[in-house]
Amino acid sequence: MARAVTNRRKSVNTILAWIVGLVIFFPILWTILTSFKTEAQAISSPPVFLFFDWTLENYGVVQERSDYMRFLWNSVIIAGGSTLIGVIIAVPAAWSMAFVPSRRTKDILLWMLSTKMLPAVGVLYPIYLMFIRLGLLDTRTGLVIVVMLINLPIIVWMLYTYFREIPVDILEAARMDGASLKEEILHVLTPMAVPGIASTLLLNFILAWNEAFWTLNLTAAKAAPLTAFIASYSSPEGLFFAKLSAASTMAIAPILILGWFSQKQLVRGLTFGAVK
Amino acid sequence: MYARNALRAATALCLVAGGGAFADTITVATVNNGDMIRMQGLTEDFTARTGHEVEWVTLEENVLRQRVTTDITTKGGQFDVMTIGMYETPIWGKNGWLIPLDDLSADYDVDDLLPAMRDGLSHDGTLYAAPFYGESSMIMYRKDLMEKAGLTMPDAPDWDFVAEAARAMTDKAGETYGICLRGKAGWGENMAFLTTLANSFGARWFDEDWKPQFDSPEWKAAIDFYLDLMADAGPPGASGNGFNENLSLFQQGKCGMWIDATVAASFVTNPDDSAVADKVGFALAPDDGKGKRANWLWAWALAIPAGTDNAEAATAFIEWATSKDYIELVAAKEGWANVPPGARTSLYENPNYKDIPFAEMTLDSIKAADPLDPTVDPVPYVGIQFVAIPEFAGIATQTGQEFSAALAGQQTADEALEKAQAITAEEMEAAGY
Repeated sequence: MARAVTNRRKSVNTILAWIVGLVIFFPILWTILTSFKTEAQAISSPPVFLFFDWTLENYGVVQERSDYMRFLWNSVIIAGGSTLIGVIIAVPAAWSMAFVPSRRTKDILLWMLSTKMLPAVGVLYPIYLMFIRLGLLDTRTGLVIVVMLINLPIIVWMLYTYFREIPVDILEAARMDGASLKEEILHVLTPMAVPGIASTLLLNFILAWNEAFWTLNLTAAKAAPLTAFIASYSSPEGLFFAKLSAASTMAIAPILILGWFSQKQLVRGLTFGAVK
Repeated sequence: MYARNALRAATALCLVAGGGAFADTITVATVNNGDMIRMQGLTEDFTARTGHEVEWVTLEENVLRQRVTTDITTKGGQFDVMTIGMYETPIWGKNGWLIPLDDLSADYDVDDLLPAMRDGLSHDGTLYAAPFYGESSMIMYRKDLMEKAGLTMPDAPDWDFVAEAARAMTDKAGETYGICLRGKAGWGENMAFLTTLANSFGARWFDEDWKPQFDSPEWKAAIDFYLDLMADAGPPGASGNGFNENLSLFQQGKCGMWIDATVAASFVTNPDDSAVADKVGFALAPDDGKGKRANWLWAWALAIPAGTDNAEAATAFIEWATSKDYIELVAAKEGWANVPPGARTSLYENPNYKDIPFAEMTLDSIKAADPLDPTVDPVPYVGIQFVAIPEFAGIATQTGQEFSAALAGQQTADEALEKAQAITAEEMEAAGY
C-alpha cells in the first residue's frame, strides 16, 4: 500500500516537473518555431503553433547579412577565456578560505559578493575611460578581463561552498603522510573537487556567454560576440521577428547543445553537498 | 647619384604609403530598419567610388543611443558615423559633440534637403546631421471599410470626423477596430503620438517660462478624447502597442485607421507582407480647427562624432548615403517604392516617384510640420513630438508610463495628468529651469 502511494506521488511529481520544465522552455521553443515561419506568419494573430509552411529562408538571410562565425568565435573566446582565468584565480582563493579560514573570511566573502550588488551601468563610465586609456575598447582581451571580473565573485563562492563539503580530515591525513601543499591540492583536493569545479566552469561559461551589458557596451565591429549579433536584428521601424528569432536561435544553439551534453555534470555539481 | 635615386625611391614609397592612407576603414553605427539594411547591402558601391571600407555596427535603438552617448562623451572614438535622430542632433550639436556638416561638396546640393529636415537637424543654423530618411505622421486607412461605413475620408480631416469614422468602422466581434493608436510607454512611442495630439488640441509641454502645462484644459481635453476613442474603437491590449505592434495589426486587416509614421506606407502597401495592400488610403493627420495638425517630424540622420580620426572618409560616406545618386542607385536595384523617403526635394519632383501612391501625402505631411513653431501658443523649445532638451527623454518616458497606465484602465485621465505634471515639475526644477 505504501508503495502504491509512493508511485502515485512519483508520477504526480514527474508530471509537475514536466509542466514546470515546459513553461520554462516555452519561450525558447517559441523562438525556435518562429525562426522557421515567414514574417507574416510570425506576427499572425491568433498565432500559429505547428501548422505553417516551414521555411529556412530566415536562416539564409541572416547568414547572408551577418558574419555569424566571427560573432561565434568572439563569444567562444570571451566566455571560454574569462571562465578559465576566473577558475584559475578562484581555486587558490576558495581553497584558502575553505581550509584556512581567518576571522575575516566571512567578511571577505560578503565583500566580494557586494560587488555584484552595484548595477553595472554605475561603473560604465569609469571602465569605459580606463579601456580608452589602455586601448582595450572593442578587443577580446578587454572583454575577457571584464567578464572574468564580474563573474569572479560567483566562481569563488561556488568553489568555496564545494570545498567546504570536503572533509578536512582527509587533507590532514594527506599532510600526516607528508604531502606538500602542492601535492595536497593537486592529488587530494582536486580529484575530490572535480565535479564542483566542472559545474562551476559550465555555469560560468553559460553566464559569460549570455552576458549582454558589457559585451554590448564595450564592443563595436571587431570584438562583438553573439549578444551583439542578436541585438542587430531588432528594429524600431519594421517587422523582422522571424529573422530576429533565427538570429537568436543561432546564438543560443551552441550553449544549448553544450548544456544538453553536460546536464548530468551540471545537475551533479549544482546538487553537490545538498544532501548530507 | 645614389642620393638622388634614394630620394626618388623614398618619394615613391611615401606616395604609395600616402595613397594607401587615403583608403580608410570607417565604422558606421546604425539600427536595423529596412532602409538601413538596404544601405548595408550597397556598401560595395561606396567602396568602389571612394576606396574606403565600411564596418557596420547594428544595434537595437535604445542600446545604440546609450552606446554612442557613452562613446561620444568619453571621446572613445569607436564610431566614425552614427545614426541619430532629430531629437539628439540639435542637443549634441550644441554640446560640440558633432562635427558640423558645413563643408559638403557642391555636387551634394545641400539646398535640396527638405527645409523642415534641415531646420530640425541644425543648431543655430549649422547642419549637424544629414537626413538619411525622413518621416512625418499621417492617417493610413482602409478604403473598403470607410466605404462600408458610408463615409468618405477627406484629404485633411478633423478629429471629430476621425472619431466618428473610427466608431462606425469598429466591429469588435469581427476583430475589426476603427482606430489603432500607440499606447506603449516611451518618449518615442506613446508620447510622440500624444504630444502631436495635444499640439492639435492647443496644448503644449511648457509655457514660455518653462512651466509644465499638464494641468491645462487643453491637455485634459486631448487625453480624455484619446482614452474615450480607444475605449470605443481601439484594439484590446492597446497599452502595449507601439509602432511595430500596430503595423502588424494593420497589415492583418484589423485596423480601420492607423495614425503613425509616413514610412509605414511602404510597408502596408507591400503585397508580400500586407493582407490589405491594395485597400489603403492616406490622409493628413487630423486637426481640431486650431491651426495645428497632429503630425510629427522625424529623421534618421547620419552624423560624425567629434574626435573621430576619419572625418574625411566619414564625410564622404554621409555624402554618398544621403545623395541624389544613392536614391537613383536604390531605385535601380530595388524599385522606386523602396528609396529612402522624406529627405530631398528633388525626389518629390522626380516623375518616377510621383506614381508612388503615398509620395504626395508624405511630402504634404512633412511640409505641414514645423519644428520651430510646433504649437498653437508660443513655446520656448524646438521640436514637435519632443522637446529638444536633454531632460526630455527621461521625463517623457515617465509620463508615458502614466498615460499608458490610464489607457490600460489602471488609473483615470485626471490621475495620469496630475502625476505627469508632478513628474515634469520635479525633473525640470532639478534640472535648474
